[in-house]
Amino acid sequence: MLAKRIIPCLDVRGNKVVKGVNFEGIKDVNDPVTLAEFYNEAGADELVFYDITASFEERELFTDILKKVAQKIFIPLTVGGGINTLDDFDRVLKAGADKVSVNSGAIRNPDLIDKAAKKYGNQCVVLSMDVKRVDGKFTVFSKGGRENTGIDAISWAIEGEKRGAGELVLNSIDTDGIKQGFDLEMLDAICNVTNIPVIASGGAGCADDFVKLFKTIKNVDAGLAASIFHFKQLEIMDLKRLLSENGIPVRIK
Amino acid sequence: MIAVIDYGVGNLFSLCASLSYLNIDSVVTNDISVLEKADKIILPGVGAFGDAYMMLEKTGLIPFLKTTKKPVLGICLGMQLLFDKSYEYGEHNGLGIIKGIIYPIKEDVCKDLKIPHMGWNSLTFKKESKLFKYVTEGSYVYYVHSFYAKDCSESIIATSDYGTEITGAVECNNYYGTQFHPEKSGKTGLSILKAFSEL
Repeated sequence: MLAKRIIPCLDVRGNKVVKGVNFEGIKDVNDPVTLAEFYNEAGADELVFYDITASFEERELFTDILKKVAQKIFIPLTVGGGINTLDDFDRVLKAGADKVSVNSGAIRNPDLIDKAAKKYGNQCVVLSMDVKRVDGKFTVFSKGGRENTGIDAISWAIEGEKRGAGELVLNSIDTDGIKQGFDLEMLDAICNVTNIPVIASGGAGCADDFVKLFKTIKNVDAGLAASIFHFKQLEIMDLKRLLSENGIPVRIK
Repeated sequence: MIAVIDYGVGNLFSLCASLSYLNIDSVVTNDISVLEKADKIILPGVGAFGDAYMMLEKTGLIPFLKTTKKPVLGICLGMQLLFDKSYEYGEHNGLGIIKGIIYPIKEDVCKDLKIPHMGWNSLTFKKESKLFKYVTEGSYVYYVHSFYAKDCSESIIATSDYGTEITGAVECNNYYGTQFHPEKSGKTGLSILKAFSEL
């Protein structure tokens, strides 16, 4: 049976992981390679590297780091952040990424999804969406959640799938950072209209939030989180054991 | 030394990285003289069957692949190419080394299941194989595919359950194949590549 995936997300700037990472027993907690190895050992099913680089030089450092990670970690790697052109796809895929996630770049230029899917296959193209309620409607935000695009999230998800996205990351701005659980209402609304794998993001505060997620929304394939794992509030293997006890299939060995 | 066949299909970064991580000597090539010197051969591949077969044909390596006695491992589309025929966007002949056909998963499972079959799925062993000498039954491997091998019960060594029995790995004489990606399947995948290198 297909396992539900648990995915830690690392924000990387140049060659350093940013956002507080607070691990005991790891010396250089900012080193993406060390952290990736740690998560691999800890039972992560996939890793997401989010490039928050601001300059050309930093982007080169990021690509080099990605190569180093891909030479040591043999689980799927997804890269997002600053993906605007097919050249960006090419750059990260050649550095060892398996999937590439597009967000603002696809909002500006939706054809990017079609072109990338045609060139690299649907499985390679992940459409990442930052969603927030505006007047009771699920709305897509761009530029890291700062700009209201006015686009209806449900139609954007449908369009993304039609254009060739092979997977969706649904990040709820409303629940992100609050740690009160995933945005089940939003996830349910979008899962009901799409038929590609969905990764839920935003709001995980404890292990029970993942149990609730997978029990309530049967069509969700994966849960993504950052700080809850980085701050060791939750060990991936403990989480997987709990999921398994609740009858949710996970990769334990 | 393992020769990884380069016929312009898919990204070989992870496969080469995993072999080098295991300290297995490997070379990426489409040169017949290099293949003849290699101990083992890996046929990788991602993409569409028809195009991939044409690209492989262009290398001129097909007669060698069909007659070699060296261990050959096909991965994902590389495994599918070993079969008789594929029904991916039309009908295409394969290498005909292993009996069976490649068929759309969606035709054989209920409509609720998502296609591609993507993610970690567990292995059920069907036959003993040296490929699994370091792997225990129930271990998870990573799949990404929309078509699968069927009518090939004689050669199946492992399956995974995805609404229907998905052919996970095959063995026929000196030919081996995995539908999943060992180079993306963590420790389980690495130990399968190690076992192949020790054949």
